[in-house]
Amino acid sequence: MGDILQLVLKRLGLGLITLLVISFLIFFAVELLPGDIAQAVLGQAATPETVAALREKMGLDQPALVRYFQWLGGAVTGDFGTSLISGERVSEAISDRFINTLFLATYAAVIAVPISIILGVIVALLRNTIFDRVANVVTLTSISSPEFFLGYILILYLAVKTQYFPAIASLSSDMSFGELLHRTFLPALTLVLVVTAHMMRMTRAAIINLLASPYIEMARLKGVPPWKVIVKHALPNAWAPIINVVALNLAYLITGVVLVEVVFVYPGIGQLLVDAVSKRDFPIVQACCLIFAATFILLNLAADVGAILTNPRLRHPK
Amino acid sequence: MVPKKDVLLEIKELRIEGYSDEQWIEIVHGVDLTLHKGEVLGLIGESGAGKSTIGLAAMGFARDGCRISGGSIDFDGMELTTTPESDLRALRGSRIAYVAQSAAASFNPAHRIIDQHTEAPIQYRIQKRVEAQEDAMELYHRLRLPNPDEIGFRYPHQVSGGQLQRAMTAMAMACRPDLIIFDEPTTALDVTTQIEVLAAIRDIVDQFNTAAIYITHDLAVVAQMADTIKVLLKGNEVEEAPTEQMLDSPTEDYTKSLWAVRSFKRPQKQRPTGSDAVPIVSVKGVDAAYGKVKVLDDVSFDIFAGMTVAVVGESGSGKSTTARCITGLLPPTKGEIQFHGQALPPRYQDRSKDQLRQAQMIYQMADTALNPKIRISEIIGRPAQFYGGLHGAELKNRVDELLDLIELDPAKFYSRYPPELSGGQKQRVGIARALAAEPSFIICDEVTSALDQLVAEGILKLLDKLQQDLNLAYMFITHDLATVRSIADEVVVMQKGKVVEQGPKDEMFKPPHHPYTDLLLSSVPEMDPNWLTTLLEERGTDSIGEAASV
Repeated sequence: MGDILQLVLKRLGLGLITLLVISFLIFFAVELLPGDIAQAVLGQAATPETVAALREKMGLDQPALVRYFQWLGGAVTGDFGTSLISGERVSEAISDRFINTLFLATYAAVIAVPISIILGVIVALLRNTIFDRVANVVTLTSISSPEFFLGYILILYLAVKTQYFPAIASLSSDMSFGELLHRTFLPALTLVLVVTAHMMRMTRAAIINLLASPYIEMARLKGVPPWKVIVKHALPNAWAPIINVVALNLAYLITGVVLVEVVFVYPGIGQLLVDAVSKRDFPIVQACCLIFAATFILLNLAADVGAILTNPRLRHPK
Repeated sequence: MVPKKDVLLEIKELRIEGYSDEQWIEIVHGVDLTLHKGEVLGLIGESGAGKSTIGLAAMGFARDGCRISGGSIDFDGMELTTTPESDLRALRGSRIAYVAQSAAASFNPAHRIIDQHTEAPIQYRIQKRVEAQEDAMELYHRLRLPNPDEIGFRYPHQVSGGQLQRAMTAMAMACRPDLIIFDEPTTALDVTTQIEVLAAIRDIVDQFNTAAIYITHDLAVVAQMADTIKVLLKGNEVEEAPTEQMLDSPTEDYTKSLWAVRSFKRPQKQRPTGSDAVPIVSVKGVDAAYGKVKVLDDVSFDIFAGMTVAVVGESGSGKSTTARCITGLLPPTKGEIQFHGQALPPRYQDRSKDQLRQAQMIYQMADTALNPKIRISEIIGRPAQFYGGLHGAELKNRVDELLDLIELDPAKFYSRYPPELSGGQKQRVGIARALAAEPSFIICDEVTSALDQLVAEGILKLLDKLQQDLNLAYMFITHDLATVRSIADEVVVMQKGKVVEQGPKDEMFKPPHHPYTDLLLSSVPEMDPNWLTTLLEERGTDSIGEAASV
């Protein structure tokens, strides 16, 4: 097990370095945006003197590299500065929103991951049958439609026409958990439709890829029934690619929800980001980007570790 | 004549088709086969003879892209060609079992060995899990596996190849089948390991009076195992006879040619003497390591111009690693490689173009050593261009000349791609590619071990002719002592990264030997059907047990 721990620590270290590089990119990318922040805050009517005073107050007169390290030092302790618009602390503005986004992502993942893996196994078993083709066409259609379009279709049929679910996923603090699930069902379902195809097709491909292996032929020649050949002999060896695709899609559920949140007016971090960009609220933009990057890196790290843990050669060294 | 009621398997006019180039092509053309209870039938032939396909058909199984298109397969009163798949499945693993060529690839890496063993007995409700596990240990014991009570609880990658092959034989025995198909079960093993597996298979088949179809391309092996031998060629039966009779007096020309295949032998050359004789390649006290694992320990030997030095040993003995050190792919940690008495830079990146040109390589798997998307002319032409600086018409002439040298018609092969060639032809292209650089020294890494015997002999003859014409020095890496007998001048025996013995060939094949050389030499199967029995008696059971625990 010492080897695995070492491997995980190494990956974690690499992840931190990647995050550092990304933080640098984020900070200076925002820096490159046209326009002056102080000017933007004060508006066109401000006199040069007031702009200069604000610049000094905000520390903008210092060199960019110094400001980067100040910002980074703050970010490490959870202090992303204050919003330029509301004056609220960025960490406070983000935390509730981020929890909402995490909730929606978890909701969608809990439905999508089992469904896509089970479906993937079934289509691998029934490969080249009509079921396989229909499942492929349906999931491909859902992945190829833009999510806002899917969202509006769902609103039309499940909210407007039938009124099973609310069209707007607004939240309040006194809702019961059941009500919460009901309110957010449509955005969650939209996300499920978007990510299922990718994971299902990878599961199918990873399994079918193994079916030519000698050990699969051996299982068949031992009289093992087809479903068991897939579930017991192929699937355990197919986890590594499946886990990677699942991680990629989970990351998408958190970082790619902007459109879905906008369609359903869901108070998540994506909406916050869109607002902040349009208002030039740079501290919030930077913080959101850093959180997205960290999510991506963390989930990919988890996928790497998962792939390692499902490899018997690494789990049971000689 | 054995009475009809003892017949276990009767195959009549079996025809099998394979799908290729968008059409079904017949690959087995009406083969008959009769197997009695407890009988062992050897199926032999070169690759493409249809041995495995027929073996699998005896289980009512056709690989993807194959189909049984005609004839009948009667297994103990059941007609397998018309039996529905679910009933066939019930037969597999319980009454007919299969032992595959590569146990390492045929055990599922994700499950423990014993769980794969007990899968069939539990599924057929013959035994409960605990009983099945106890039975597995009993079989491991009988097959003389080391630590029989514990070995099953390991994962396949934690067990050696020879042990896995025996564990797979045990797995085939799990439901005490009436028939086992052995599909080249020892081909992937070293000669020393092969003996243990052969002995184990023979014992267990005897003990349970199981009938078996033993598929192999190795005549000496089949002579030890089979009661009857059937020779196949390109999906047709050539002849069938009891083992002794088949070995003593084969009737068909094809069978005779198989029997005579190892007749090629060229005269042994002696090293040049005198003080001015400098070896082309001299390996001096070389140590090498992969990471922290030391794989070569003080390896030294010389190779003179125009001579062939065979480097022999089991897999893992350091033969190929030595080649990697010579070519500069793996810089030695100690010692040096000399070329014409001059030390070579350890890393190939630091060697001059001329130094690189002098030493070329031919690989074991011509299939993977040639880029399938590049024409033969370019494969051979590139080194001629790179080292010789040839262009245009000159280059074309040189490629034609090289194709002539390897006895392939330039007009036919110049613009073909590797997948259009047979195994032997591909290996010839590999040779031409090495020659294109005009080297003085060629490393041949198991160049014939992936080829059928007749084809392999052709390659050996070609290499010999080229050596005489061009005064080439060969380092011939092989584990096949028959190859050594036919072409080597000197032999270097390696074990666990060390040279245990070296000298001229005639001395090496004469006693007294180093104990390891002796073990290697005596492990090579001979065409005498009593060879295995005699050898096992000579060695005694202790030495088998000892070897088995390695």
